[in-house]
Amino acid sequence: MKIQSKADLEKINREYSSRLYYPDTTKVLVGMASCGIAAGGKAALEKAMQDFPGGNGVSIRQTGCLGFCEVEPLVEIAATGKPRVIYQKITEDKIGDVINSYLENNFKKTKWILGQVRDPRSVMEDHLENPLSKVEPLEKIPFLEDTPFYNNQVKIALRNCGYIDPDSIEEYIARGGYFAFLRALFDHKPEEIIQIITDSGLRGRGGGGFSAGKKWATCARHHGDRYIICNADEGDPGAYMDRSILEGDPHSVLEGMLIAAVAIGSSQGFMYVRNEYPLAVKRLVTAIKQAESYGLLGENIAGTDFSFNIKISTGAGAFVCGESTALMASLEGKVGRPRAKYVHTVEKGFRQNPSNLNNVETFANVPAIVSKGAEWYAGMGTEGSKGTKVFSLVGKITNTGLVEVPMGTTLRNIIFDIGGGVLKKKKFKAVQTGGPSGGCIPEQYLDLGVDFDELTKIGSIMGSGGMIVMDQDTCMVDIARYFLDFLEEESCGQCNPCREGIKRMLEILTAICEGNGKEGDVELLEELGDMVAKASLCGLGTSAPNPVVTTINYFRHEYDAHIKDKKCRAGVCKNLYYYEIDAEACTGCRVCARKCPQDAITGEKKEVHQLDQDLCIKCSICYEACKFNAVIIK
Amino acid sequence: MAYKSFSRRLKPACPQKGWKMDQELLKAERAILKQIARKFTNFGKKRQNLIPILQMVQEELAYLSPEALNMVAGYLELPKSEIYGVATFYNQFRFQPPGKHPIKVCLGTACHVRAGDIILENFERKLKICDGETSEDREFSLERVACVGCCALAPVAVIGETVHGHMAPSKVEGLLLRIEIEKEMQAREKQKNESGQA
Repeated sequence: MKIQSKADLEKINREYSSRLYYPDTTKVLVGMASCGIAAGGKAALEKAMQDFPGGNGVSIRQTGCLGFCEVEPLVEIAATGKPRVIYQKITEDKIGDVINSYLENNFKKTKWILGQVRDPRSVMEDHLENPLSKVEPLEKIPFLEDTPFYNNQVKIALRNCGYIDPDSIEEYIARGGYFAFLRALFDHKPEEIIQIITDSGLRGRGGGGFSAGKKWATCARHHGDRYIICNADEGDPGAYMDRSILEGDPHSVLEGMLIAAVAIGSSQGFMYVRNEYPLAVKRLVTAIKQAESYGLLGENIAGTDFSFNIKISTGAGAFVCGESTALMASLEGKVGRPRAKYVHTVEKGFRQNPSNLNNVETFANVPAIVSKGAEWYAGMGTEGSKGTKVFSLVGKITNTGLVEVPMGTTLRNIIFDIGGGVLKKKKFKAVQTGGPSGGCIPEQYLDLGVDFDELTKIGSIMGSGGMIVMDQDTCMVDIARYFLDFLEEESCGQCNPCREGIKRMLEILTAICEGNGKEGDVELLEELGDMVAKASLCGLGTSAPNPVVTTINYFRHEYDAHIKDKKCRAGVCKNLYYYEIDAEACTGCRVCARKCPQDAITGEKKEVHQLDQDLCIKCSICYEACKFNAVIIK
Repeated sequence: MAYKSFSRRLKPACPQKGWKMDQELLKAERAILKQIARKFTNFGKKRQNLIPILQMVQEELAYLSPEALNMVAGYLELPKSEIYGVATFYNQFRFQPPGKHPIKVCLGTACHVRAGDIILENFERKLKICDGETSEDREFSLERVACVGCCALAPVAVIGETVHGHMAPSKVEGLLLRIEIEKEMQAREKQKNESGQA
């Protein structure tokens, strides 16, 4: 069936909306994004399919990621007239029991249950009545929306992730999908759409933070075959929101691209996806096929003379290809080297034509803005940064996962309330934002409201939204060295300051980490960093010194300890520490001695053990194994 | 499925020099090359198809051999230097065959702060190879990669296509042992089948 009008879309919406919220079977949704699969979701799904092959009132479906990666695999069970319950850490051995207990209305095993859903509607469905309003909620089971992880979140870009089957366009339409596109196509003039996006204050979510509306307007002004390109080359280690959106809700990105195409006047779109995300590519291919079969992509969309096609290109693994000009060079089949942007890509980009490049998360926000209006979106966030932002909260934190919060939420709120604080109650040291080009933010700035401008002020950047939490066991010198190691590899090598400057800085940092640091090294690093930032051609080089500069600014004492005292207090730089067994804490349980691969630990049962420093390879197995904290770092 | 790799150390891809390639393997490889030549026609002779073609070749052959790169140059009518220039720029492409069980240890930021390098070291010690190398019996190859996007499960190692989350030094041995045991079981099954048939 080809959709010709809003009425056609409404028909599908009504039919599938009732199926989505009032299913005639008990619906079991298993989280099947990459992280869910890695945690055992696929095995659980297969087991459930085996146990409940259908016909007995249970249907098993896959869905995207709900964001709470720490407790994956997540399973949600829903039935008409019954509460929707989300179960946590459901592996294949438990799933059968979980489904049976739901069928028997037995909710006694509370440790399986993460919470019950109060309101499953997305932000686009205010006109609907809450399908759970007449359902008696369960006693003693918390509402998901009240749990610390979820109660501060506002889901706009992630609105459908974990609620719909990503391989089903009908479920996307059921949750208000493609209405914004048809509205843009039929009701608005292109200039009006651009005005809405400009007024909403949406800024590029890939890291640059440039106003999306302004970008669209400039692109629309230039003549030629205009292209819409979606940047899904999410290369920042530690950030995976784009992957999650593509795997959980691919149609929202397609719809965002379609709206951009109407606004700018383009007939060809490209998606540049990281080759490391095979599942995202698979789901996108399915999504594009489905959209084509409904006539929402392709020639003469919805019976108008507007045509738009999307082609998927997979990247081949180069961090620098996240930069717009490098990405376009890579699309043309060339080496992905950035060029100087005297002429912007919106004027001359892919094949020398005006090209509008936005990131996955930016596009995912667009349908919500067009359908709910610029004012609604601009009502959230801070003065300069509107709306919400997805952060990936990882590292030494209790609740790892993806969180979407309004701009301006404080770091403390994100890390300690939503994230549940530092792992194993250790001491918080810093949070690193913005990927390899970002900076480390120390404890004193925890009450800072996160937005594009505030982060820049303290030397870091928003980047794509990775937040890596570090505790007392993280060495800041080593972290700086780690990022430069990454950037040195990824530098494309065409401009001198970046190629040679980063290399030289890395040499100095490596020497410091190995215990060969000299007085004056820190000053040299600062000088080099200043030069690299000022003289490099593209964003990779100009932001590369950020991790070094911020760690020097905020953690100078760690550099000094490495250089002057030759000590790494965090126990990371191998030449600068050794393990020792604390005679008072050691109980003589022999756990460490048994696990030591080098037989470096000796000692009888119930007697204090000895560690032979000559044999020790610092593999940390004993440090990790000791339950009495008797293995200590010196 | 290929992951972004840090180590772009080029090893001699020439089988005579670096790799003792036995005749059987060489024969199999030639057959794959023929298949690849047929698949070229799925792509237009356009410059922009260079990267997709290289990706296809690597998917079929598991690496880019000099012969295969020659074929690509011939098909697209581009100089060989151009092909090598592009192929060596991107991390995805490898120039030596991977092991039967390719092991990728993630050293993205989240894995790094949760001590991913110690996991890598443990693999190196157990397998007696360094990162970027393949074991002598071509059973295992070891690589460090930058972020597989499963940061919540850090530290992560990928063996074959399976992602193993929450790695610990003590888990390394177990995983390798499991592969050994599986191999032995397969060998035994094979033997059983063969003796059953006889």
